[in-house]
Amino acid sequence: MDAVTSAPARIILICSGKGGVGKTTLTANLGIALARLGERTVVLDADFGLRNLDLLLGLENRIIYTAQEVLAETCRLEQALVKHKQEPNLALLPAGNPRMLEWLTPDDMQRIVAMVAERADFVLIDCPAGIEDGFKNAAAAAREAIVITTPEVSAVRDADRVIGLLNTRGVAPVQLVLNRVRPKMMASQEMLGVDDVTDILALPLVGLVVEDEQVIVSTNRGEPLTLNGNGSPAAKAYQNIARRLRGEDIPLEDPSKTRKGLRARLMNKIRKTTGLF
Amino acid sequence: MTLFDFIQRLLGRQKPSGTMAKERLQLVLAHDRSDLNPELLEQMRREILEVVQRYVEIDIEEGDVSLETEDRVTALVANLPIKRARPLPALVAAAAAVGMAQAPDAEAPQELAVPLASEPTEESSTAKSD
Ligand SMILES: Nc1ncnc2c1ncn2[C@@H]1O[C@H](COP(=O)(O)OP(=O)(O)OP(=O)(O)O)[C@@H](O)[C@H]1O
Ligand SMILES: [Mg+2]
Repeated sequence: MDAVTSAPARIILICSGKGGVGKTTLTANLGIALARLGERTVVLDADFGLRNLDLLLGLENRIIYTAQEVLAETCRLEQALVKHKQEPNLALLPAGNPRMLEWLTPDDMQRIVAMVAERADFVLIDCPAGIEDGFKNAAAAAREAIVITTPEVSAVRDADRVIGLLNTRGVAPVQLVLNRVRPKMMASQEMLGVDDVTDILALPLVGLVVEDEQVIVSTNRGEPLTLNGNGSPAAKAYQNIARRLRGEDIPLEDPSKTRKGLRARLMNKIRKTTGLF
Repeated sequence: MTLFDFIQRLLGRQKPSGTMAKERLQLVLAHDRSDLNPELLEQMRREILEVVQRYVEIDIEEGDVSLETEDRVTALVANLPIKRARPLPALVAAAAAVGMAQAPDAEAPQELAVPLASEPTEESSTAKSD
């Protein structure tokens, strides 16, 4: 193992506060994208009560052990890590199985992540929704975080709570992904804009993912969009996030300002010329 | 956006919902972050106005004390238009009341108790002292 020579692993928590905003989808796509860029990546499903990451990665039939057995020393870490067939740089580690809801503590989390980090460049932790114990456990070992939200009031409010908690824990940097962006609605100001959300949350934006039907298709198949060079807008967005995380400078463009709907464009013109609203 | 909404907005009768979302969020987050509920904020507002009133005459109707937040820093912002300063004796008494100076011929302390609406001033200002 080349653990001694390589830089310490980046341990990144993927969290949101509100449920269903796209944490698991981001974790799966980012995991694949980073692996394809040559990074040894482990995705850890900390949402083991309602685990889904295996399903999104198409690995649901290959899980035998979990972090729990590793910590209990009933199996070795290598046995519990589920390697992705097409992308061997990526491995999945479920934190536990749904039948054992009570076992994980922040201390367990730190131990398992320390073990995994020895053999990885990136460890992505898929956090459960909420800010209770599940969040605290998942966050226990995180060094940095990505907060994902959608441009909706409730999701942004919950994201703000989570950011506050991450700040008090000293997790840094914390970066933002804005998911399910609808450029037309944003252009006509019927949705919180990109700048609105970044102003309010005061976080650097690391990615913008538009609402994209392909996300659903890929979930059905258990093949993340980033796996097969799919050229869909969301696939590109996830790839760009992976590259920005590695330090590449890839400009972010606000899709609501580049592809305005006809009506939105008209509205803006009228607004400017009349100063009415 | 329906055609009706579109016309409403053209006529300037309705704000776009995205703008409303931002305004509502800014308000609710200021409260979330400071852990002050609207009731506590209102009590604080009353007490602040009360203190300021001892020194200057302010326009209560126009007075505004609110939480504003920018870059995750929440600030208490007060905008209190001043009508005029209070006469000197009242000022001296106000200073004496907070222990800043011994007023040589202080007026009766009742003078500086400026009741706010129907609230008993003494009670609301001591209630929160900690
Ligand atoms: N950019 C997108 N475009 C379209 N659909 C999306 C997009 N991102 C996520 N979704 C859909 O939103 C749903 C929730 O996504 P996901 O499971 O990743 O959220 P989550 O935050 O992990 O949820 P939970 O809090 O339950 O763990 C899924 O059905 C997913 O397909
Ligand atoms: Mg999830």
